[in-house]
Amino acid sequence: MNRLGKQTIHFANPPTIVETASIVGPKEAQGPLASYFDQCLEDEFWGEKTWEKAESKIIKETVNLAITKSGIPASNLDFCFAGDLLNQCISSSFGLRELNIPFFGIFGACSTFVEGMCLASICLEAQAANNVLCATSSHFCSAEKQFRFPLELGNQRPPSAQWTVTGSGAAVLSSNGNGPFITHITPGKIVDMGIKDANNMGAAMAPAAFDTLMTHFEDTKRKPSYYDAIVTGDLGHIGKDILQDLCQTKGYNIKANYDDCGVLIFDQLKQDTHSGGSGCACIGTVFSGYFFKQLREKKINKILLMATGALTNATTSQQGESIPGIAHAIAIENEKC
Amino acid sequence: MEFLQSIDWMQLLRCFVVGGIICIIGQILIDKTKLTPARILVIFVTLGAILGGLGIYKYLIDFAGCGATVPLTGFGANLAKGAIEAVQENGLLGAFIGGVKASAGGIAAAVFFGYLASLISKPKMKKQ
Amino acid sequence: MNPIETQQQYSDYVDKKSPNSPILKNCFNAFWVGGLICSIGQIIFDFCKYKELDVTASNTVVSIVLIGIAAFLTGLNIFNKIGKFAGAGSLIPITGFANSIVSPAIEYKSEGYVMGVGGKMFTVAGPVLVFGISASVIIGIIATLFS
Repeated sequence: MNRLGKQTIHFANPPTIVETASIVGPKEAQGPLASYFDQCLEDEFWGEKTWEKAESKIIKETVNLAITKSGIPASNLDFCFAGDLLNQCISSSFGLRELNIPFFGIFGACSTFVEGMCLASICLEAQAANNVLCATSSHFCSAEKQFRFPLELGNQRPPSAQWTVTGSGAAVLSSNGNGPFITHITPGKIVDMGIKDANNMGAAMAPAAFDTLMTHFEDTKRKPSYYDAIVTGDLGHIGKDILQDLCQTKGYNIKANYDDCGVLIFDQLKQDTHSGGSGCACIGTVFSGYFFKQLREKKINKILLMATGALTNATTSQQGESIPGIAHAIAIENEKC
Repeated sequence: MEFLQSIDWMQLLRCFVVGGIICIIGQILIDKTKLTPARILVIFVTLGAILGGLGIYKYLIDFAGCGATVPLTGFGANLAKGAIEAVQENGLLGAFIGGVKASAGGIAAAVFFGYLASLISKPKMKKQ
Repeated sequence: MNPIETQQQYSDYVDKKSPNSPILKNCFNAFWVGGLICSIGQIIFDFCKYKELDVTASNTVVSIVLIGIAAFLTGLNIFNKIGKFAGAGSLIPITGFANSIVSPAIEYKSEGYVMGVGGKMFTVAGPVLVFGISASVIIGIIATLFS
């Protein structure tokens, strides 16, 4: 493990992503990526009485699925890094309370999944653990209830608003394996460009993604064309557009191989999701369901996965505060380097 | 049938147009500002109370009937009208009684039906 | 495009980049749905008059019936669809007030009937009552001074 430049860590013995799992809700199941997810739910409650219980069940089942698929017995998992959007990360802690694995609850808003993988990689590289679990979840209904309005309120969503993904993604990481490997991580700084509009999260997070992306390229001396795919978490259509523009100002053209999970998961026109998907589960499910399988099948070999988060809550937006953004990047490659 | 014949269709048209225009003002506030629904409702009810207090709103009610009373400005104007009328009867005490008294039916209905709806209904996913 | 350095530059840039709401379409929908709701009110009002109720009582009946219909449609998960289509057209009439009371009541049912339904019922509509009633008290006090 050695540091490159300002913020990047390069792993000498890079950890392997052994297996991933994803479960999504009914709306995501109507999206273009439906066939890649492990399980699609038919109803948002999934037999539970509250949205919060439903989200806990989703993360619990996704984690169980990831463990089963990985073939690593749960007793051999040393740590679990998990988090979500609900106050005090209750979906993760309630959903995983019967897991019996040492648990780190983490919060990075929608960047939680990659934040967890960064911490897990360091843990594995430092030989503090052999196998680590990372998981995250979000739920449209519980997020609307906590951050916005009751579901039955007859309000209109502005065109810049995004749609919280219902679902969960989980990954099992191991210190020994044959890849795909996490070769580099570039944890991001908090960047706040003063956007206050809680209905335009993409614009609030894009500067953070830009900062992390530029730092990653400078630190690793890589060019955008090095990667087969550069993928952000939930910038949505507007944020994706902004990030491309921002990169252009620094002379980087990322248009050829860049995409955003929030753009990919829904069909903007047919599903009326406005600026696209958001939420922890956006990158969680799209990476676990789609990109990981692409890596496995060697359809792509090098991917820069960058999760973006808006570090805000309902109180600060009522108090008129701006929305600080964050973005963590990890490079996942089929070859060690 | 006799009732249908008694409907004043011109009155109904004025009601439709005025009610619609008041809603357009609200829509412009929604689309052109970042105001939340709650703030827009507050603006309308307060504006209605002021216009009602100044005695202006009643001309709109005379002209448009329910086109003026059904929007929340009418709710505000009704609060103000109730307060003023109660003051004429009871003096200062009326200022505290009149408003709520005049709109008691609406408030009680909203609270009661709200509770009733929560008993029989459960939250459901928005489809879009 | 020029490099962005200050928050102001970024804010201006984001405003340009973000799509506007389809305001003409929204206003048209708000107009006819809002007008229609008021007209339904007018017909109820006329019916009350026909049944020889006085104006104040008729207005109260109109409010109660429209609130009842809005509450019913909210409970059936239909009002939010109307609201999405009509925007201010269903928000500004008294139906919007009813919806903003009924929707948290249903949503927070999971936190129990006392603190959930009872406590959270006014999270959206509470300000309307606070400002409306306060304004009426102030107007009443002013009216006392002038009488």
